[in-house]
Amino acid sequence: MIQIDRRIIYLIIALAMILPFFFQMGLPIPITKEVKDIYDYIETLTPDDVVILSADYSPSVEPELSPMFDALFRHCLKNDIKVIAMSLYIEGPGLIAPMIQEAATDYKKVNGVDYAFMPWVIGYSIVVMNMMENINRAFPTDYYGTAISELPIFQNIKNFEDYDLIVSFTGSSAYGLWLTFGHEPYGVTLATGVTAVSAADLYPYIQSGQFLGMLGGLKGAAEYETLIDEKRMATMGMEAQNWAHVIIILFIIIGNIGHIAISRQKKARS
Amino acid sequence: MGLVFGIQYFVPHRVSEQFFQAFLDWSVVIGIFGSLIAYFSFYRAHGMRIKRKAPAWPYSFVAIAMSLAIALFGFIQGRSEGMVFMNMYSYILVPIESTMFSLLAFYIASAAYRAFRARSAQATALLIAAVIVMLGRVPLGESISFWHKIWPTLPTFTDIANWILNVPNMAAKRGMGLGIGLGIMMLSLKIVLGIERSYMGSGD
Repeated sequence: MIQIDRRIIYLIIALAMILPFFFQMGLPIPITKEVKDIYDYIETLTPDDVVILSADYSPSVEPELSPMFDALFRHCLKNDIKVIAMSLYIEGPGLIAPMIQEAATDYKKVNGVDYAFMPWVIGYSIVVMNMMENINRAFPTDYYGTAISELPIFQNIKNFEDYDLIVSFTGSSAYGLWLTFGHEPYGVTLATGVTAVSAADLYPYIQSGQFLGMLGGLKGAAEYETLIDEKRMATMGMEAQNWAHVIIILFIIIGNIGHIAISRQKKARS
Repeated sequence: MGLVFGIQYFVPHRVSEQFFQAFLDWSVVIGIFGSLIAYFSFYRAHGMRIKRKAPAWPYSFVAIAMSLAIALFGFIQGRSEGMVFMNMYSYILVPIESTMFSLLAFYIASAAYRAFRARSAQATALLIAAVIVMLGRVPLGESISFWHKIWPTLPTFTDIANWILNVPNMAAKRGMGLGIGLGIMMLSLKIVLGIERSYMGSGD
């Protein structure tokens, strides 16, 4: 029992993750407070308010984080809130560009008027510091090369005083840059979306009020999709995650039963 | 410089703000030159591997060829949707990186089966907490909490998982965070005061 070939384990895990995409159970997704707090805050914003969504991640964690970005971007567009989409990571803009275009088409929003898409600029913390002082200095042009002084959305957006919420989606500790150089010196409201493995690190910051809320892993994204009533990538992915977790738990149980049986045999022999 | 920025942070004067803005502009320029050094280092390291015919040197050749190709297409055609640059990015780089990370699921399953054993009281507590959190983080955990339907005051797997993350996990993380924070402060002070100089290669 404790010597199952690892190829069999890999095959079972592969099936557990592939089959749910074809056979959906449609289980209800419970909403956690950390996710609801972000949703409720965005619901209070008006069309004059500005939300910055920063996709600070690389393709390795895209399946977990892109659905979060997509859900929040759609929520903001749905409520006519102005959005600035950006990334501190060089690979970020390429990942979010298709989602931005699709959501903008769905909600009939215009680039440069209802939302803006910024290019990658070198510097991580320097970009955050520059944005807090003067967004024009941080991003002289948008992703498509248009000077931001020519974009109507930036008529009333100059610096940190104009940002109503910043959400950093990250698989690393990039949320710390926004915390250190955005929230602490300037007091901007922050939220974050992180991978499931990083989620445990964020609870102290949420309890202290430094982060408004958190979307943790694919489940966080699925919860948000449930809240905005748009069941898309994350909700579908949760079915696969459901069964992957169950299979891993079963393997742990089988491994432990085998371990206990062998320990008893050894004791009996001695 | 550490002291200068310490003073700058606490002095809200026009001169101080101009100094900070100049620093931000310079940082971007330094960052760009830093990337040039990174490119040089990348080509030098892989070039040496090819020259020496080091083990797996053909991969170095592929790395150099691909980096030059993607840059070339980017400069010639631009990076709009449908161009070769974006296709290379979307259909080569993104799937490669996602695949590498997704392999973790298979390794975790295999490792959990082989190594996650209830060998002691602490290991058993960790194992139980892990199973509850895993169940609490998926919709199935809520659905199989049948007792909650009979006695609604009893917590579901999701409630218990949230409690584990919000109370014992947070207490441990906060303790570690405070320790790390104090360590960073001490190290920063040592660097600013010139006591710690090993980062400059002095070996002190």
